Amino acid sequence: MPVLARVIEEAGIPTVTITMMPVLSQKHRSSRVLGVQFPFGHSFGVPGDVAMQTRVLRAALDLLVTASGPETRVDLSEEWPGDAKEAYKSWQPAEPSPIVAHSIDAIRKARREAARG
Amino acid sequence: MSVDSYAFLPRAFRAMFEAEPQFDHEPVWAEFEVPLGQARVGLLSSAGMFLAEAQEPFDVERERREPTWGDPTLRMISEDVVQSQIDATHLHINTADLLTDLNIALPIHRLAELAADGVIGETAPEHFSVMGFQQEGADVWRNETGPDIAARCHAADIDALILAPA
Repeated sequence: MPVLARVIEEAGIPTVTITMMPVLSQKHRSSRVLGVQFPFGHSFGVPGDVAMQTRVLRAALDLLVTASGPETRVDLSEEWPGDAKEAYKSWQPAEPSPIVAHSIDAIRKARREAARG
Repeated sequence: MSVDSYAFLPRAFRAMFEAEPQFDHEPVWAEFEVPLGQARVGLLSSAGMFLAEAQEPFDVERERREPTWGDPTLRMISEDVVQSQIDATHLHINTADLLTDLNIALPIHRLAELAADGVIGETAPEHFSVMGFQQEGADVWRNETGPDIAARCHAADIDALILAPA
């Protein structure tokens, strides 16, 4: 997404990125970054929680208005309302993604080869 | 509160993200010059949503065959979409919550309420949906999908875009 943010901003359209990984947006030097400490896939909060979703969206709009120059990061002071351990588990896909499965295979293969020495 | 970027990330993934380089390219900046109450605002999500009846799903079968590839194409979601029209394909997140409330990733209905309340001028007539995880596809995002989104923003007189990586 930082790739798209950059291309779109470069074309003259101001962007705000709401992200669970603000540190990654900072590495890409994104213009306006709103960090949220929420489970992945849930940038605006809990399903059905209209008030929470509106607060997050308004924080993004505020950042649009108040940021005065590039690489502005603001972190939202809102904790995930549910059980964090449960949320940590439930955002993840049932099976590892192909790239993760592929990486695990590569790590195991390297270990086997190392063990054979 | 300072957000911990790794709070919800499995520990094994952390090193991979920490190893990502710090880019030395100059930051880009487009000034937001329109009063918010008059601005037309659009949304972009990378949660892999599409219109179940009207659009092709993102191609996760190819991603299963080619793990470093992600479908880099774009889907447009109208401002008057209803939840029952939404489906999603994404191999990196559980999409169950999205399928009960798209607003957790693409808050089209919340934005419409803010327009009705006068907080923003109006919502974009259509919002943008892509599918995250791009490795090989990132070049297509950079050279094709990104410029296409920007051109569509200009054509629709969108004054600002809110991006929500999934």
